[in-house]
Amino acid sequence: MNDKAKAPAPAGRAAAKKELPEHLKAYKHVWVFIEQERGQAHPVSWELMGAGRILADKLGVNLAAVVVGARNEATQAVVRESFNYGADLAYLVADDILTDYRNESYTKAMTDLVNAYQPEILLLGATILGRDLAGSVATTLLTGLTADCTELDVDAEGSLAATRPTFGGSLLCTIFTLNYRPQMATVRPRVMPMPERVEKPLGRVIEHPLGLVEDDIVTKVLSFLPDRDSTKSNLAFADVVVAGGLGLGSPENFQLIRQLASTIGAEFGCSRPLVQKGWVSSDRQIGQTGKTIRPKLYIAAGISGAIQHRVGVEGADYIVAINTDKNAPIFDFAHVGIVTDAVRLLPALTEAFSKRLSPHQRDRLAS
Amino acid sequence: MHIVVCMKQVPDSAQIRVHPVTNTIMRQGVPTIINPYDLFAIEEALRLRQKFGGAVTILTMGPPSAEDSLRKALTFGADRAVLLTDRFFAGADTLATTYALATAIRKIGVEFGPPHVVFTGKQTIDGDTAQVGPGVAKRLGLMQLTYVSHIDNVDLEAGTIDVERRSEGGVQKLRSKMPCLISVLEGVNEMRIGSLSDALTAARATIIKWSAQDAGVEDITKCGLRGSPTIVKRVFAPKPRAEKAQFIELGDKPGDAFVDELFKRRPKLESELGQLTRGY
Ligand SMILES: Cc1cc2nc3c(=O)[nH]c(=O)nc-3n(C[C@H](O)[C@H](O)[C@H](O)COP(=O)(O)OP(=O)(O)OC[C@H]3O[C@@H](n4cnc5c(N)ncnc54)[C@H](O)[C@@H]3O)c2cc1C
Ligand SMILES: Nc1ncnc2c1ncn2[C@@H]1O[C@H](COP(=O)(O)O)[C@@H](O)[C@H]1O
Repeated sequence: MNDKAKAPAPAGRAAAKKELPEHLKAYKHVWVFIEQERGQAHPVSWELMGAGRILADKLGVNLAAVVVGARNEATQAVVRESFNYGADLAYLVADDILTDYRNESYTKAMTDLVNAYQPEILLLGATILGRDLAGSVATTLLTGLTADCTELDVDAEGSLAATRPTFGGSLLCTIFTLNYRPQMATVRPRVMPMPERVEKPLGRVIEHPLGLVEDDIVTKVLSFLPDRDSTKSNLAFADVVVAGGLGLGSPENFQLIRQLASTIGAEFGCSRPLVQKGWVSSDRQIGQTGKTIRPKLYIAAGISGAIQHRVGVEGADYIVAINTDKNAPIFDFAHVGIVTDAVRLLPALTEAFSKRLSPHQRDRLAS
Repeated sequence: MHIVVCMKQVPDSAQIRVHPVTNTIMRQGVPTIINPYDLFAIEEALRLRQKFGGAVTILTMGPPSAEDSLRKALTFGADRAVLLTDRFFAGADTLATTYALATAIRKIGVEFGPPHVVFTGKQTIDGDTAQVGPGVAKRLGLMQLTYVSHIDNVDLEAGTIDVERRSEGGVQKLRSKMPCLISVLEGVNEMRIGSLSDALTAARATIIKWSAQDAGVEDITKCGLRGSPTIVKRVFAPKPRAEKAQFIELGDKPGDAFVDELFKRRPKLESELGQLTRGY
């Protein structure tokens, strides 16, 4: 991030200097919006607490968690948990009107908080909820918002430097919001590492009223149908992922990926073309327009390693690539490469793993 | 029923190449397409019109060449197309884009009747922020319904609309009021093939072209680069990983050889995989 090498001539207004208007100088501290749906905090929020901690320490300011939700025990638990992920303080808007996410009520809660307590940086998850909310909060506050960042830093002047992919992921760009506050950014799940959770006592919690009654809100929730657990994929949070690409040649061969995955307790994934061809469902896509993963082990078979795929897997601890083409770009970022036909190797891997791992299964039966 | 669809013409970014030496984008000859996600919005708009009558207006902010995509949208059967084009709009980020689009939608309302629904796609493939829809909604005071997978019901008399919307952990069924802004989830419908007569009409249709002034922009400093709070300071290619993959040969018992090699290199994986499989 800090390599100043070959910085291209800045485009357009990029040379603009920071001249923060007087009334914006009061904006201090880093905030993370803690996303929760029905009392369940989204892991991306804790990842953002990790990123926010680094920014707050660099700036020498506080890191605050912002919790918006129903007035109940589950919301309180989320507040308490935010201290375990490093919050110096928490802001809370609790009202039963906020039980279900709705744009109107959440935007009101967030913009009121920002106007009242004036953060310099506000981070949100680039989830469905986060994107719905961030866009309207930024527009209400008339400030800048950088979506889907992959790196966050502060420059020498203390401005947020938000880096994100651009042009379909072929390039990265670093974006600043110099003369407006707060500086807003969203980050997708699993892009930032999960910080360590350290049990801490409850700290200072500042409650702020919502200032709305149900009749003020136009949109009503008629019902909520939670996804069935069986249809949910845990791909983004899996410790081991096996994925296949076009190199597998046919949808039948994708079975080989599923078999290996289930043998080693992994989730399976795929490159985008397989989703487009209808071989695999879209929640299994890995990459820029799919899921970002951070497993301990990633096995990619028949995937060329296009940049849009790469950005989704770079957080993996260990990448094994199987490809017939020794010049495939995936070998530029994999740790281990095997140049061979995946369709032939995969069954052999499944067999060898099941032999090696089966003693554990016997342990289980014995115990 | 009047329906406005915000559509963007985008480079077919699968084909964008970066110059290996200068790190600049090689745009020459990169074809442009209708933002693929916007096709679902156009189709959803046409279906609403089919049910309730009225007209579909397509709106694009972009360079003069975006006329091509607007004409394409007309071949699907849209009624009119507005191209918002002005050098003042160049370099707009999301906030400046929403200012321009919202202004144009107000003007469309004055000229052709206020819209009941404004559609956007889920996101663009070049900007890729999914923020323009929410921004437009906020600026126009429209109810905001994003990631909509199905429009269940429209009650024109009561002015209500029922939709299903994707949320993080399930599907929300919402009842809201029109006018509203709907961003359409991908894959919820299949784009029609336009009829021959629509294609003929489209070929002859006049694309309505508005400058900032024509659209009724009052404050030009809110447009384009000047109206953008965000500033791109640096564009660069992802840095290559210092080390490339180590190639391993697996011999005639490739499965076992691989497992041996893997556990030798990453000893912790053996127990981790053991734990993962124990539950199965
Ligand atoms: C805006 C945009 C967003 C995108 N988002 C994503 C995204 O989120 N995720 C994503 O994955 N892609 C994405 N893409 C697509 C991406 O650019 C690539 O086209 C895609 O990742 C390629 O998929 P692939 O590697 O499976 O196929 P290919 O590129 O066709 O590669 C197939 C590979 O298999 C190898 N092979 C062939 N036969 C065998 C065999 N028998 N055994 C082993 N190897 C074999 C070949 O050598 C080749 O390297 C996006 C593109 C765009 C424009
Ligand atoms: N320049 C534009 N002209 C018209 N509509 C746009 C424009 N930019 C974005 N949109 C709409 O806003 C949606 C979200 O775009 P984005 O925020 O860039 O991901 C797109 O799917 C379009 O429907």
